[in-house]
Amino acid sequence: MNMFNMMTSRFQNFQILNMKTDKAPASVPQTGGVSQKAPSSSSTGKVRMQTHDLTVKYGTNIGVQNVSLPIYSNKVLALIGPSGCGKTTYLRALNRMHDLTRGATVTGKVILDGKNIYEPDANPVIIRRRIGMVFQKPTPFPTMSIYDNVVAGLKLVGIRKKSILDDVCERALKQAALFDEVKDRLRSPGAGLSGGQQQRLSIARALAVDPEVILMDEPTSSLDPQSTSRIEDLIQELKKHVTIVIVTHNMQQAARVSDQTAFFYVGNLVETGPTNTLFTNPKETRTEDYITGRFG
Amino acid sequence: MRTLLQRNIRDRIMESLLVLSTIIVLLPLVIIIIHVVVNGISALNWEFFTEELGSPSRAIQGRPTGLVHTIIGTLVVDFMALIIAVPIGIGAGIMLSEYPDHKLNPTLRIMNDTLNGMPAILKGLLAFVLIVKPMGTFSGLAGGVALAFVMLPIIARTTESSLMAIPWSIREAGLAIGLPRWRVVLSTVMPAAKFGLVTGTLIAFARAAGEAAPLLFTSFGNNYLPNHWFGFILNPVDTLPQRLYSLAISPYTHWHSMGWAAAIVLLVFVILCFAAARFITRKKTT
Repeated sequence: MNMFNMMTSRFQNFQILNMKTDKAPASVPQTGGVSQKAPSSSSTGKVRMQTHDLTVKYGTNIGVQNVSLPIYSNKVLALIGPSGCGKTTYLRALNRMHDLTRGATVTGKVILDGKNIYEPDANPVIIRRRIGMVFQKPTPFPTMSIYDNVVAGLKLVGIRKKSILDDVCERALKQAALFDEVKDRLRSPGAGLSGGQQQRLSIARALAVDPEVILMDEPTSSLDPQSTSRIEDLIQELKKHVTIVIVTHNMQQAARVSDQTAFFYVGNLVETGPTNTLFTNPKETRTEDYITGRFG
Repeated sequence: MRTLLQRNIRDRIMESLLVLSTIIVLLPLVIIIIHVVVNGISALNWEFFTEELGSPSRAIQGRPTGLVHTIIGTLVVDFMALIIAVPIGIGAGIMLSEYPDHKLNPTLRIMNDTLNGMPAILKGLLAFVLIVKPMGTFSGLAGGVALAFVMLPIIARTTESSLMAIPWSIREAGLAIGLPRWRVVLSTVMPAAKFGLVTGTLIAFARAAGEAAPLLFTSFGNNYLPNHWFGFILNPVDTLPQRLYSLAISPYTHWHSMGWAAAIVLLVFVILCFAAARFITRKKTT
């Protein structure tokens, strides 16, 4: 089904959404939209992370400004919007990936477990361990085997015990739905896998360190429809254990995989709410224009 | 609008010009190699590789003489330089490539370029002040330090460029699984760049191996094998580029041809280094 969805044009969003809600209505909370100003209280569940007035600037250029957004536990939050709207910038602020971007400054707060991850005493390495990330392009470490790629996050910080590493490798690869395809060649290079497999390897590597949140930056944009479909299924499976924030250009994908959606436009959060509400009954005209394909 | 014929003619002319400039680049090298081999091949015999040079009378009286102490000395001094320069040079290269925002970075870049452009004789002077004066004697160690100054900026620069060639996404992927910055560089970026690192080091090595000026008042030169192996490190040591020079300006014809032979050995040594560098990079692409 997903393959056909991929090919459906943007104008048929509503139809797809109906298909989705028909199939699994329970997964989409039927609550009202979450207001941008007071996002903390809601019936959508426990808040895992929360941003307050988050602003990211590159030099004097504003990437995103004053974004306040709750991220709910064991839910999938999709960030949508036209190119350059700041969705990736926002995502990267959630695990301090901007620390290494030249000239990038982050103001505002990102709260994880009641603590701002931008506090001076917060350790970005530990934060990134808890908040993993999967990138647009698959990024296997070029010189490492499949096995070493998966356990890199453990092995390179000093966990050497083979039995532990073996267990983690198997668990992570199974979670990423890759184990059966690679179990006979764990020692062969990770870069030798196909694009879709490499991306699942990247997901397995992120899962191996047992993160609480996984950030995905257009994880399927460089993949074929079949691999895309596998990764979307995977996301549904993963949210049982982790919280997921996904940036996507593809609105069908947002509709298919997410519970909450946030629409960004020129660096601002325009609207956020449960995915089906936002897609079927958007409050803002800009949201409506975008999801019906009038711009973007 | 030019006709197809005109465009073809222009294409041919441009191609010929490129071939011509390639020939002009290669010609001096070919002339040097031929000249050196023709003049030096007669002096390349077994004794050349087994005997020490000794006094000029040996050559004049036809007694066995050679440059074994020079060849060993060259290897010892060059490898000492390598041992000193590689860790520091690669460290500086990592700093240049991986920590562009560090406040020391701009200074390091300028200093590195300055060191690279500095006359080699001044590097010899520096080693003289740092090592020869305190030790109270010329030594192979001082020569090694002087050559390390030649290698350092080259290694730093090639390290920087080969690390920069590794996509930034690899670093982010490493950080995203909670690795500290230094671990990301050491375990994911450096292994990916290892061919570039080895090539850069070999190029620096070959370049330093051909330098005579920094060795004039550091390793100084010696006509004899040392009494003890330590002599190659702690006493004045002979090296090929410098021996080539002193043989060439000597008043003895036999020494002149030995100088040409020394040039052959040095050329082969340097060409082997470059060939190894080429071989390693070729392996990477296949």
